[in-house]
Amino acid sequence: MVRYLSSSSALHGFLTAVGNTLIALGLTLFGDRPFGENFVYSQSIGLSIWALIEVGRRLLIKDWDTQSHRLALIVPPGAAAGFLLGMLAGDAALGRPALAFWATQPRRTLGFLALSLVIGAAVTYFFMSRERLAALRERESAAQRLAAESRLKLLEAQLEPHMLFNTLANLRALIGMDPARAQQMLDRLIAYLRATLDASRSTTHPLAMEFDRLRDYLELMAIRMGPRLAYALRLPPELAQQPVPALLLQPLVENSVLHGLEPKIEGGTVVVAARREGSDIVLEVSDTGVGLPTADDAGARGGAGFGLGQVRERLLTLYGPSSAVELLPARPQGARATVRFPSTP
Amino acid sequence: MTETMPTALIAEDEPLLAEALRAELARAWPELRILAMVGDGVSAVARSLALEPDVVFFDIRMPGQSGLEAAAALADAWPDARPFPALVFVTAYDQYAVEAFDAQAVDYLLKPVEPARLQRTVERLRGLLSTRDQGQHGFEGTLARLRQLLAQAPAATAAVPEPLTVIQAGVGDGIRLVPVDQVLCFEAADKYVRVLTENRGFLIRTPLKELLPRLDASVFWQVHRGTVVRAAAIERVLRDDTGKLSLVLRGRGERLPVSRLYAHRFKPM
Repeated sequence: MVRYLSSSSALHGFLTAVGNTLIALGLTLFGDRPFGENFVYSQSIGLSIWALIEVGRRLLIKDWDTQSHRLALIVPPGAAAGFLLGMLAGDAALGRPALAFWATQPRRTLGFLALSLVIGAAVTYFFMSRERLAALRERESAAQRLAAESRLKLLEAQLEPHMLFNTLANLRALIGMDPARAQQMLDRLIAYLRATLDASRSTTHPLAMEFDRLRDYLELMAIRMGPRLAYALRLPPELAQQPVPALLLQPLVENSVLHGLEPKIEGGTVVVAARREGSDIVLEVSDTGVGLPTADDAGARGGAGFGLGQVRERLLTLYGPSSAVELLPARPQGARATVRFPSTP
Repeated sequence: MTETMPTALIAEDEPLLAEALRAELARAWPELRILAMVGDGVSAVARSLALEPDVVFFDIRMPGQSGLEAAAALADAWPDARPFPALVFVTAYDQYAVEAFDAQAVDYLLKPVEPARLQRTVERLRGLLSTRDQGQHGFEGTLARLRQLLAQAPAATAAVPEPLTVIQAGVGDGIRLVPVDQVLCFEAADKYVRVLTENRGFLIRTPLKELLPRLDASVFWQVHRGTVVRAAAIERVLRDDTGKLSLVLRGRGERLPVSRLYAHRFKPM
């Protein structure tokens, strides 16, 4: 960003010098002064105006979206002061008494001042739009890069090889023992993989569909873990059509299974529930697993943990700071993740 | 031993996979008798000690204790007079573990288990069981391999850690700084690690697994799954009637048990 700005300044300075030369040529063709004199004044005035406006907007405008109106405060005084400064510099360069031109031809001087204001404003507008466009493009490509990165992370997490090969091993075992159940399990796996690939394209879907996909995952894990995994999905019918980011809860349910129940010899229960609280939708994933390491580690682990961080990031992009995710110990044991966001974005 | 039917124990937390392995083994090794199938590492150790199978199949990821930790615990508690079971590790996907197994020539199976691969493992196990009665040095080799595998497991995931110089222990509502130079022993105790100096003890919450890579291995020796001691502070090593080793630290009264895995460190020069 810094490098881009400084190189754009150099380019703009050069363009200004070229423009000044063109003005000097025009003055020579249509006026009565020699080119050398016109060139000196035109350059000294043009570059002074450009430099003053450049410094002014560097100091006063940090953010184009909210502060561009400040240009109205920068350009007129910048152009006027630059004109005066440029006149003095030109006089000095050519060895003339200061402001001699002003004294002898005040009307033409005022005409040149007006011309400087108009050209200064036009050129500034041109340069600023160029920079704004470049900044916009940069921001867009950064956002795209972030989205692509998070899609990739989601895919990597969902298609985790350990999960995939263990599921396939179970499937292979079932084919021999219970072909009908094997077929059901395969259907779940297909639905799970399809949802994972679709969700990586970052869409939203109704809460009912979110719960169906969670059921696919939990059913797959229930076949694998046998009696060690019990689960319940509680979706009130009036929330069935509420749109949610696809597979938003998946990492949280996975955390509950992998970090809550799998390390626990006797296993436990995962409960996913949805409810409306005022204008907010509240989604909860709780388990009766081994719980968070310790009460004061919970915050650190929750913030850094991949699942929670990813959910938080997705909510922030879609709903802004009015959304929240938190991970807390559950009573009497286990952990509870709570997601909250406005029902209308 | 070779005249009787060979026996095995399967430790696998996913019931369908345990059942599938049993079925595949029935095809590949009809005379093998499965004594028990268990779903976690702790039961695997207890049942193996009780049943003394010839072969133990250990799933790597199990609740409570990993397959590797369970194998080490089993080796530690195994009675000297009996031949130690042959170990086969089973994993769905674990790049580091598989590389380590290959490097240590430890037998392993990948899930889903391929019949041809299982057949090769069975041939190897048959050969192993038929020559086993000729001596105990096979056990020493197994111990060395387990030691290597356990030492590699955490290092594979963590970046090169900073060496530890000061222990920060919570005492009341303050923090007590204990230079590592004064520490004689780290001892895992439930959720804590006890840090012993010559005349004091502190509890810290950082697990031993995280402390170990940050300690100088030539200064601090691991002598047990849950015990790391300053080598220079060891006064005596004692052997009891059953052959088990324990050590006494200079200036402290406790006797600390030495695991069989690490007993190779203590031999008269």
